[in-house]
Amino acid sequence: MYEFLKNLDRRWVFLLMLLSVAVPILLNARFPEKPTGLARAVFNEIEKLNEGDPVLLAFDFDPASEGELGPMATAFVRHCAEKKLKMYFMSLWPVGPRMVEDALDRVVRPDFPDLKYGEDWVQLGYKSGYEAVIKVIVTDLKQLYTTDRFGASIDSIPLMADIQSVQDFSLVINISAGYAGTKEWVQYASTPYPDIILVAGCTGVQAPLLYPYIPEQLPGLLGAIKGAAEYEMLVLDKYGARDENGELDEPGKYFEGIRRMGPQLIAHVLMILLIITGNIIFFIERNREGSS
Amino acid sequence: MNRDTMTWTIIFAIGLALILIRIVTSGGLFGKAYVKAVPREYAQVAAPGEDENWIDVTSEEALDYDLTQIPADERITWTSYNQTHPIDYANAMAADPNQSVYQFSFWRTFGIWLSAFFTLAIFSFLYKDNPFYKIAESVVVGVSAAYWMVVGFWSVIIPNLFGKIYPESVQSWAMPGLTGESAKQDLWYLIPLILGVMLLWRLAPKGAWIARWPLAFIIGTTAGMRLMGFLHGDFISQIRNSITSIYVKTAQIAADGTPLLDAAGLPVMGFDFWESLRSIIIIIGVLSCLVYFFFSFEHKGIVGKAAKLGIWFLMITFGAAFGFTVMGRIALLAIRLEFLFDDWLWLLDPSGKRLADTVGLLMQSFPMLT
Amino acid sequence: MKRTVPLIITFLGGVVLIIAYFIPYTQAWGEKAAVFFDVLAAIAFVLGGGNLLKNHLKKVSDRVAGWGYSVICLVAFLVTLTVGLGKIGVNPNTQFSNYAWSGVYDQVGSPFWWLYEYGFKPLTATMFAILAFYVASAAFRAFRAKNFEAILLLGTAFIILLGRTYAGVVLTGFIPDDSAFSGLKLENFTVYIMQVFNTAGNRAIMIGIALGVASTSLKVLLGVDRSYLGSGGD
Repeated sequence: MYEFLKNLDRRWVFLLMLLSVAVPILLNARFPEKPTGLARAVFNEIEKLNEGDPVLLAFDFDPASEGELGPMATAFVRHCAEKKLKMYFMSLWPVGPRMVEDALDRVVRPDFPDLKYGEDWVQLGYKSGYEAVIKVIVTDLKQLYTTDRFGASIDSIPLMADIQSVQDFSLVINISAGYAGTKEWVQYASTPYPDIILVAGCTGVQAPLLYPYIPEQLPGLLGAIKGAAEYEMLVLDKYGARDENGELDEPGKYFEGIRRMGPQLIAHVLMILLIITGNIIFFIERNREGSS
Repeated sequence: MNRDTMTWTIIFAIGLALILIRIVTSGGLFGKAYVKAVPREYAQVAAPGEDENWIDVTSEEALDYDLTQIPADERITWTSYNQTHPIDYANAMAADPNQSVYQFSFWRTFGIWLSAFFTLAIFSFLYKDNPFYKIAESVVVGVSAAYWMVVGFWSVIIPNLFGKIYPESVQSWAMPGLTGESAKQDLWYLIPLILGVMLLWRLAPKGAWIARWPLAFIIGTTAGMRLMGFLHGDFISQIRNSITSIYVKTAQIAADGTPLLDAAGLPVMGFDFWESLRSIIIIIGVLSCLVYFFFSFEHKGIVGKAAKLGIWFLMITFGAAFGFTVMGRIALLAIRLEFLFDDWLWLLDPSGKRLADTVGLLMQSFPMLT
Repeated sequence: MKRTVPLIITFLGGVVLIIAYFIPYTQAWGEKAAVFFDVLAAIAFVLGGGNLLKNHLKKVSDRVAGWGYSVICLVAFLVTLTVGLGKIGVNPNTQFSNYAWSGVYDQVGSPFWWLYEYGFKPLTATMFAILAFYVASAAFRAFRAKNFEAILLLGTAFIILLGRTYAGVVLTGFIPDDSAFSGLKLENFTVYIMQVFNTAGNRAIMIGIALGVASTSLKVLLGVDRSYLGSGGD
């Protein structure tokens, strides 16, 4: 056994990983979710707003991080739509506008067909330049965004009449997969202009690095898929439809994060077992070397 | 064939067999895409040059005009194909087998199979580097470079560069909406145009120095922005965030969960041990880590002890980063497997895109796991 | 001329943005410089595409090993570029139906969208997905509790991995929510580690990096660091 494990081909480890994620997905394993403080903080920042308040949703991610951030995008858009907030979408990543379209296809177009483009939501689209884009739009949005994503004049869009800069939004929601993302929004928007309130959802890799900004520069943060699941739960608890037994009766797209926590659990346990097994081999090896 | 190779051959054979079984059990009904055809027709109702001279023939506005008088060459028609779920197609066909609004889409079906092929091709690298992986890798490099270029061209170079220098021209073909106050001519934009041409000079075999001017601009502005961003957002603000009270008082809560109020109706504030401890640990942690980063002193004596404590804090920080990274990576794997099981093989249907199928029902009948 | 002008441009570009931070009157200058930067960033994508074309064409013409893959890359690049720049198969914007070019470049159903949806998307997403396997393999081979520091790292990782899933809730479910020890419940302990220990460590790292960035930026702006200009007279 020891010899087998010591010389184990790493491809067996790969296979174990594959199974630990694939099997829970196929079996639709689902566990309860208990929201923590930071997810509540994000939820409350949106809850605090009044109907018709303008909210900027900056989708700074691409398909590579959709597994973690897609569920957050769905939940954010749903929450804003339920609150009847005015949604303004933009992106610092070239593929970001597609992520926005995907979220709109999941939430607004099928479930909120009454919301009108240009009156309830607008797609500003992508601009290149990373933090230099934030730098411009915090003081003058129309300097860069002369049209919306579809080429209509920015001045012809009713929703844009009262918006001169990012400072005019009641809240900025950022979904971030790296550079440029939440860190840049903190550095160039919420720090120099404390009136800009920023909440964010980000990948697991970034989340620990953003904690020092909480709560002064960043009041709320959803970290990785767990953050997404907690926030989904909060949104569903408040706005989800229920059947006669009081159970949530909502389409699966609103449970994406919660659903993904199933494979997450099994894979985390596998990771711990792998580290422990690796260490057992290491100590046996060291003992044998010591005794010889 | 050695034992290892044989084992892997068996595993792959099992995988292939599962796909074949899926084909047989589902009667080939999986991995298909459907669309909804939306015809659009516009007619010219006023002389060219006037605003809004083209109208949607299905709009309310169209009722004001006699559209039968408009000749074919003053009409524009096309059909948009919107993505739709298989369940919508199935419902439409059940209602009227001759309907043509919902259609099977060959290209999107082929796309799903191609996506599945690409996904498996990348996964195959885990076994061994192979031509399938290399093909997939080459495609992604080519497509993404072109994708960024196209996005940059249509969303920045056209509206924010040419649209600023020569708005009428851009407006006349690509961006008819480029009008109004925000879109007036601004010849300052000749500067980025010239710098841009100089930047592209890098591709030329001679005159590499020419590209240094725009590069100098990019580097200078980046340095200026970051200097302020990092000093304000990270340096000063982080020091500010660390200056907190170590004797924290919070509102006292009565036994029934409501805040305690004094005679004047103000909340009663009391010492909060856990919050105070938290502030103290953060301050000690930040200071000890900073001592560890400080190499002007030898790490001996009290400095050495503080640095040691700093290392422990950093180790906990790295442990947390590792935990979060693992968490993220697994979610990214999960979505790809969901694509294979859901969109391609139709083994599960969490979003209700199709009618629940037998395999899905079978899977859901394990109550202890749901 | 070849070296002095770039140094002046660097200095001016940076200084405009710095003073715009402090003097409201100069804010518009800072905005302009940043907008020019944004435009150049888009042109940099063109440069990136041009470089890719140049390098792969060279590989093909030199017939270096694996040049066939360069051909595939070039075909993928040129096809995507053609359908994207040409807006092939893109219907007009419904607001401007008589302008053939008014549709958005990545309109659903167009060939460019198709290449994104069924090429770019699955490929980039899967590239990142396979990292999960490597992280597992590294955990098995590389994480050894050799000393106290390593034990701290691994211990924290275990707590986070368990505390961020339902496993943590189950494992320490025996501790009542309202007891004095509720902070030891794995899900609460995870939050504490993140908000206290992780915050302290990362805050120190952040302060260190900020000082590093500031000094590097100053060196570049003042012309002390000229490495970006390259060497040689040309």
